[in-house]
Amino acid sequence: MSGPNKYQPTSAFGKWFHERLPIVGFAKDHMLDFPTPKNLNYWYTFGGILAVMLVVQIITGIVLVMHYTPQTDLAFNSVEHIMRDVNYGWLLRYMHMNGASMFFIAVYIHMFRGMYYGSYKAPREVLWMLGVIIYLVMMATAFMGYVLPWGQMSFWGAKVITNLFSAIPFVGDTVTTWLWGGYSVDNPTLNRFFSLHYLLPFVLAGLVALHIWALHVPGNTNPTGINIKGPQDTVPFHPYYTMKDAFAIVVFFMFYALFVFYGPNYMGDAVNYVPANPLVTPAHIKPEWYYLPFYAILRSVPDKLFGVIAMFSSILILLALPWLDTSKVRSGNYRPIFKGFFVVFAIVCVALGFIGSKPPEGSYVVWGRILTAYYFIHFLVILPLLGLLETPNPLPASIADDVLAKKKPMMLAPAE
Amino acid sequence: MHVRHPVARLIAEAVSKTHRSERRGFTRVTHIYDKEFGEVSTADHAPTDVNRRDFLFIATGAVAAVGGALVAWPFINQMNPDAAVLALASIDVDLAPIAEGQAVTFKWRGNPLIVRHRTKPEIEAAKAVKMEELKDNVARNANAKNGDLATDENRVVGGKAEYLVMLGVCTHLGCVPDGANPSREFAVVEGATKTGGWFCPCHGSQYDTAGRIRKGPAPENLAVPQYAYLSDTKIRVG
Amino acid sequence: MKKFATLLIAGMTLFGGAALAEEGAKPAKGINYSFEGPFGKFDRAQLQRGYKVYKEVCSNCHSMKLLSFRNLADKGGPSFTVEQVKALAASFTVHDGPDTKGDMFDRPGLASDVFPSPYANPEAAAAANGAVPPDLTLITKAREGWHGTFNQLWNGIGGPQYVYSLLTGYEEPSAELEKEKPEGKYYNPYFQAGSWISMPPPLADGLVTFDDGAPNTTADMAKDVSAFLAWTAEPKMEERKQTGFEVLIYLAVLAGLMYFVKKKTWANVAH
Repeated sequence: MSGPNKYQPTSAFGKWFHERLPIVGFAKDHMLDFPTPKNLNYWYTFGGILAVMLVVQIITGIVLVMHYTPQTDLAFNSVEHIMRDVNYGWLLRYMHMNGASMFFIAVYIHMFRGMYYGSYKAPREVLWMLGVIIYLVMMATAFMGYVLPWGQMSFWGAKVITNLFSAIPFVGDTVTTWLWGGYSVDNPTLNRFFSLHYLLPFVLAGLVALHIWALHVPGNTNPTGINIKGPQDTVPFHPYYTMKDAFAIVVFFMFYALFVFYGPNYMGDAVNYVPANPLVTPAHIKPEWYYLPFYAILRSVPDKLFGVIAMFSSILILLALPWLDTSKVRSGNYRPIFKGFFVVFAIVCVALGFIGSKPPEGSYVVWGRILTAYYFIHFLVILPLLGLLETPNPLPASIADDVLAKKKPMMLAPAE
Repeated sequence: MHVRHPVARLIAEAVSKTHRSERRGFTRVTHIYDKEFGEVSTADHAPTDVNRRDFLFIATGAVAAVGGALVAWPFINQMNPDAAVLALASIDVDLAPIAEGQAVTFKWRGNPLIVRHRTKPEIEAAKAVKMEELKDNVARNANAKNGDLATDENRVVGGKAEYLVMLGVCTHLGCVPDGANPSREFAVVEGATKTGGWFCPCHGSQYDTAGRIRKGPAPENLAVPQYAYLSDTKIRVG
Repeated sequence: MKKFATLLIAGMTLFGGAALAEEGAKPAKGINYSFEGPFGKFDRAQLQRGYKVYKEVCSNCHSMKLLSFRNLADKGGPSFTVEQVKALAASFTVHDGPDTKGDMFDRPGLASDVFPSPYANPEAAAAANGAVPPDLTLITKAREGWHGTFNQLWNGIGGPQYVYSLLTGYEEPSAELEKEKPEGKYYNPYFQAGSWISMPPPLADGLVTFDDGAPNTTADMAKDVSAFLAWTAEPKMEERKQTGFEVLIYLAVLAGLMYFVKKKTWANVAH
């Protein structure tokens, strides 16, 4: 991955082992000594938080599988069996269920942080694109996981989302039938979703390893967006960022715990506590909150095929972001006009989410269309033009200079 | 430090050891940092400061470790039998239809439960066995007192010698022992009359007509579960 | 970036506010229960009364498939004694079998049994009632009393309140509405699926007599039975809140320590 490491084993066994498998030196280089910009703020801790959340989801998931039954007649009751009879089952299930929401909260913050600080810009395009793929796999994993309790929303969510594929011209119905393994969402569907829901988190873990690999080639960006110029700009990852990340993780866990213990069903949908019934559609179908903006985009296009295309494009467009943003300056901190557009874009995303949670009627439809249009305009018009037209603020000479400049006013302040 | 109590001394030693290693760990980090980046130095810290820092690090590490241990418990405990399993139904068995010389197997808590209506010769053979002949002379009867001997009386409940109720789980490795039947006679005890008993097909353990281990690798008599007579011909197991 | 977060929160509040005013059935009556809030606990006597209402009234048509009799003695529930639970269970008839001859048979319930359903299958239930009476175990988690992102965050989804409002919310329809009355339906503006409900008003003042002499108006019984159903839906609620309190205290201590560890670690580096 990187050059020969400087690790010198002290013991004879350590030396023997290092010559055969330099894993300790590798870990030391990448997890302990890795030179990291010293000016990263707390928005940069979400990468670490996400890694921890992936582990939490995998561990709670493996444990839940020990009690869950992927069979349409038994799935719902087996989840309730976990909630009622299994020792600490309620805790494990609520941790997993709310962990998914926490995972998405963290990933959205992580993505918006990347968009603000221009983390996708050269030479980190592949790092960014891997991130987008991770996000896509996360969405697929969460979707299939939501089907497993086999409640009403599980069933109808599965039906609606798999029906998206029937929009594909000519082969749509064949593909949908293939996905279902039948003529509707049924036991074969539940079984394959269960299988894939178990598999994909491990694929995610592999993608995360690639993501970190791609990160460690150029190293982290930082709030100034300036490249590292020398050792005065960096600190070793450990103990500086291990401790900072650990603090952030504990605080994030407090937020997580509030939901697990005091509002475990807040993020979910009450209808999912009604067992699946293929003959009755619930009055208001809506996906989990983390899909809502895309659901709004889907519904704002009054054509089946183009709605689906718009929805998938709204995610895939992120892959092109490194080339759509033409700005020479990386960080939003030094782009006065971009800052404003960034805030508007973030609000548009939240607003799309709100529209997605509403029935598609009246002014919601109109607003949905306006916001959808703006979403694409942001990427296709605003970002390319802004980079060419905007005059950025002057950049500091180096990370160290910037840090010192920010420290100065504090140094001048009278001692306490 | 004069600590008398051995446990207290152990703890004190452990603490001072962690303390030392923590400090060593810390110095090493600063050392690398100095060498590679040639910036800040930590040499300007007075020893008291270092101690306070060490204490903070140790305390935080300890609190985190305790939390880690506590959070592991739900993940371990979830594999223990759940409330539904623990509350598993007891079963009622009607003994009347079981003819003399016949055995019926029921499923109870996932295991085979053998109920045998023993014949006179079987009971007599079992009673004739002396305790010192037994490989395991403990009753293994959930209804008997601890330490009761494996007499035939102690292998049944309420003095009803004709009904032998026990788990069909070989005490060697858990196979189901085969009960004697007319087509498959085997002498359980060498030199004794052929009176039946049980033979485990897996590894050849042999149990006599009271379900006591007589030969083969099994260490214990077949277990008698808790049961009680509801009426003369009805029992409730569990 | 800070500004951005503020704006985001402001935006969310705005939309959350808009979400408060949502359509649908009449919002449930906002009555209070002892089990609400971070330290709320079930009122044992109320749960026991609620059980009696369920047993004598609801259980004639509604199943309770996810609950076992043994649960009635669990910690954090109605706290019946084990002996009481055995007696309660025995008062139900359980269809069991096959026996050794291959026949099904009826026997008195045991503590380990789940509550027997009043109908053999949903078809029989629908035929007898005009619609399938929903299973009640999870009903307070499966119904929302009111809507709104922030409303639900502070006040919960209002499941027990929905049940309470439904039970006490039968009205004589106005002459206008009377004209569109479907055959065999009753008017109840709280019913989420469109004001006309197949269930006749199940409670009447004094219908159930409580052993503890507690008042037994329709409203009292509705409150007791909705509290009981809140427990059947979330039997581990007390354990959850108790554990949550301990976990949060622990995390707060660890966060405090970690803050100082982080501060000390960075003490020598301008950042």
